[in-house]
Amino acid sequence: MSIEIAGVSRRFGDFVALEDINLSVPTGKLTALLGPSGGGKSTLLRIIAGLENADSGTVEIEGTDATRLPARKRNVGFVFQHYAAFKHMTVARNVAFGLEIRKQPKQQVAERVAEMLRLVHLEQFADRYPSQLSGGQRQRMALARALAIEPSVLLLDEPFGALDAKVRKELRDWLRRLHDDVHVTTVFVTHDQEEALEVADQIVVINQGRIEQIGTPDELYDQPASDFVLSFLGPVTTLGGRLVRPHDIEVTTAPVPDAVPGTVTRWTRIGYEVRLEVTPTDGGEPILVQLTRSEAVQRGVSDGAAVWLRETAGVNGAHSPVPA
Amino acid sequence: MTGNRLTRYTLRTIVLVYLGLLIVWPVSLVAKNAFADGFGTFFDALTEETTAYAFQLTLIVAVWAVVINTVFGILISLLLVRYTFPGRRALSALIDLPLSVSPVVVGLALLLAYGGTNGWFGPALEGAGLQVIYATPGIIMATAFVSLPLVIREIVPVLTEIGTEQEQAARSLGANAWQTFRRITIPAIRWALVYGVVLSLARSLGEFGAVKIVSGNVVGQTQTATLVVEEKYQNFEQTAAYASSFVLAAAAVLALIVVTLLRPGHSESAETAGATATPLRTEKDPA
Repeated sequence: MSIEIAGVSRRFGDFVALEDINLSVPTGKLTALLGPSGGGKSTLLRIIAGLENADSGTVEIEGTDATRLPARKRNVGFVFQHYAAFKHMTVARNVAFGLEIRKQPKQQVAERVAEMLRLVHLEQFADRYPSQLSGGQRQRMALARALAIEPSVLLLDEPFGALDAKVRKELRDWLRRLHDDVHVTTVFVTHDQEEALEVADQIVVINQGRIEQIGTPDELYDQPASDFVLSFLGPVTTLGGRLVRPHDIEVTTAPVPDAVPGTVTRWTRIGYEVRLEVTPTDGGEPILVQLTRSEAVQRGVSDGAAVWLRETAGVNGAHSPVPA
Repeated sequence: MTGNRLTRYTLRTIVLVYLGLLIVWPVSLVAKNAFADGFGTFFDALTEETTAYAFQLTLIVAVWAVVINTVFGILISLLLVRYTFPGRRALSALIDLPLSVSPVVVGLALLLAYGGTNGWFGPALEGAGLQVIYATPGIIMATAFVSLPLVIREIVPVLTEIGTEQEQAARSLGANAWQTFRRITIPAIRWALVYGVVLSLARSLGEFGAVKIVSGNVVGQTQTATLVVEEKYQNFEQTAAYASSFVLAAAAVLALIVVTLLRPGHSESAETAGATATPLRTEKDPA
């Protein structure tokens, strides 16, 4: 295990940012800390980096107790949401910073910088200043700067949070491919469940200072340990008193056993997807249902139609009763 | 744009006439009078022994005051921006005090505290061989006092704006506190710092009231350039007074020119470096 966190707690005044966190981050894997804003995930990341101190508990990095080690001695690469680019230095000097601090020979620094810039596809921008780069380019520069020092672990704090949706998506794919090449143990913080599900090998769901669940994306999505995890990782709706995913609901236009009868009260089509709002015949909250367009056409589901809903058989949904 | 052409030109005229009558015309008269008896007289007036000495003293005092204000200005700015502590707002207000208090009062206060015969620290310091009042250290202190806020008020908004992320990044890359300060913090605030230094140099060269009290105005010993101007003027040596005044005015104008030339050259930090005395938090998204 590359990072071992044991019994870490952190308070800011009365606010409990983290409470008794125990976590092992596997070597060479991409781990996501996922959770809502203010849940403590960034604080945890900063504690691992040494940019923040824990009130109690220990942090071990690659077998060394780092709890009392200052940030500069932990050999971690840290990437900030807003890039933290050194504005008065060129891209090449930014990337060289950690190596120059380590007093490496000039020739060696130059080679390493060139190698890093190739890795992040910024070779032709070496002599530019950060202000002359786009957000995505700045973040790639920040990543090259963090990787240049050959860190034991790479920590990314909402790395794509400040970027627009398209660049975000591109960088996310690129990070995954980069990680497959470089294999450095990586922890990144995100509040975007899609980002975590798509990129991470392991996801740690953190909410209100506590770990809700740790698992692979499939485990979390299919076997959520709590309603919080279920609803945070994707859309949910209530069917027959249980939380289910809207796309795990089977819709029929003829009565079937154990199904909830209702009427389609809203019919929205978004591209290939059809979203229904079904009001149950016996009253209660409308149920949300997601279908593909072809399913909707095949089954003859239209606006105002009488339908019967039941959970799709054989789906590993969270069969947890809705709390009263 | 608001207003029609008439309003615009009327406004411009009013402002120009006002500035002309208040500043440009009187100052230009100083220049005119300085050279009234020709360049030779002007040059002689300045190279006269006591005047030359006074300018030398003024320069030494100004340089020391600026050095002290730069070092403490950076320290105080870092304290104000990077740390929260009880009395932070009070400290921030206190720093503006030299701008609002009359320099004469500053001089008297220093005299009371450091006077050689009955000041609070004066006799002890004098016993240790350091004369403060009626000597160069006192003049430097008085000058540093009045120009204290100038560096701080330039740096604080820039420090606030750049935040701490760059410094944290430097630390995570292995830099220690000094390396981070020298390689990251100082370059980030350098234009504000230069601006503050130039302003405080200009202010230091021209200080009169506080210096007059603490210096004792001893010709050839503790008499600074501004004091020479006053003395020459009162002794009816008008040309000499104007000549010295002209040099002081020229130095101030030169400082302003330097500052103006510096401004457009640093686009990223120009907007904050230029905005003096606005310690408002400007959260600028770097994206």
